[in-house]
Amino acid sequence: MLSVDIEKRLGAFTVAVRFETASRATALFGPSGAGKTTVVSTIAGLVTPDRGRIALDDDVLFDSTNRVNVAPHRRSVGYVFQEGRLFPHLTVRQNLHYGRWMRGLARDPSEEARITALLDLAPFLARRPGRLSGGERQRVAIGRALLMRPRLLLLDEPLASLDAARKAEILPYLERLRDAAGVPMVYVSHQTDEVRRIATSVVRIEAGRVAAVGGLDLLPVP
Amino acid sequence: MLDLTPEEWTAVRLSLRIALWATVAALPFGIAVAWVLARKSFWGKALLDGLVHLPLVLPPVVTGYLLLISFGRRGPIGAFLADNFGIVFSFRWTGAALACGVMGFPLLVRAIRLSIEAVDRRLEDAAATLGANRLWTFLTITLPIALPGVIAGMVLCFAKALGEFGATITFVSNIPGETQTISAAIYTFTQVPGGDEAAMRLVIVAIVIALVALVISEWLARRAGARAYGLE
Repeated sequence: MLSVDIEKRLGAFTVAVRFETASRATALFGPSGAGKTTVVSTIAGLVTPDRGRIALDDDVLFDSTNRVNVAPHRRSVGYVFQEGRLFPHLTVRQNLHYGRWMRGLARDPSEEARITALLDLAPFLARRPGRLSGGERQRVAIGRALLMRPRLLLLDEPLASLDAARKAEILPYLERLRDAAGVPMVYVSHQTDEVRRIATSVVRIEAGRVAAVGGLDLLPVP
Repeated sequence: MLDLTPEEWTAVRLSLRIALWATVAALPFGIAVAWVLARKSFWGKALLDGLVHLPLVLPPVVTGYLLLISFGRRGPIGAFLADNFGIVFSFRWTGAALACGVMGFPLLVRAIRLSIEAVDRRLEDAAATLGANRLWTFLTITLPIALPGVIAGMVLCFAKALGEFGATITFVSNIPGETQTISAAIYTFTQVPGGDEAAMRLVIVAIVIALVALVISEWLARRAGARAYGLE
């Protein structure tokens, strides 16, 4: 169960969002500039809300009244960014293991094999990110976030920087992820077709506010 | 061809040792100050920036004199270090290294600061979400990506240290075998009749050292750059 109730002022624009979700794949759906990325950044701890509370199951990650603000590196929240953000000086394999190293986790070969297979990463483990296509980069970014064993996976428009063909290449991986990874996902997008394929519930965000919470029926009819 | 006398060899070796130590000892401070200037905002940042750059704009003799009155045997810092740790700078090669390190410091900090500023902070955010605290993020992400700039800064600092003259001679004088570097030796030879030949030999050595250092640094920076941008 993820519960978010935050307020963040960004210049003249205010994001004030409140929702709870316990679904496997929650979409934060809404037009560009609605404040979706701000919301997921506060869940990851990269942006500090002005006030509010964020909790994951029984753990409070942020609470302005009790002055709780868990540092991002202690939150165990995986984040797949729009632009991948792979570390350019490390190989794909080193990128994948980065979270495990930093968190001091023991190596788990079966988990590695499972995620490598799930995302088809084996062909380019020894390469550097500079030599990957956009779609391959996003697959590595997803694998990197999963291998740190997150309690929650945030995907912030992971397909936005890809062309239609690349999107079609990644979507099946995301569906497999939802069904097989066992980690709840928050999926940010303004694309109806993506959200329809990935999400099991929808939080519609408009102009910094929650406009509606519900199922896929909240999506516009194509 | 280059038949250096033992005294001249001593000056060459001493120069290399002083420049190397100056660079190596300045490096950790240089990285720390560069990081603070690149990534932090605080009251007095402009002042720190100014202080760091001071040796670049002050006459070297002034820097040397300031070192003499603070790090000399009777200077407050010099006396403290000598009494408590047995570290003596005045009229020793260590003092020459200190003077060279101070003179090269602005160049070191400047190059490292620029390269840290060029590192995409979004990569640092990504490292944080993967469980890396600030120190580990710096050591595993920021510093390796900024490495070409760190190397460039070290080369500039080393070059400055090799050529340093004014601050060194003011602070630790010109003692053969202890503080007489190539520059000081060349100066000495030009002041005595018949010293031109010896001066010329050292000039050639200085040119060779400078060229070799440049070639090595270029090669290192290219390698580090290829690594940092994932094109190796």
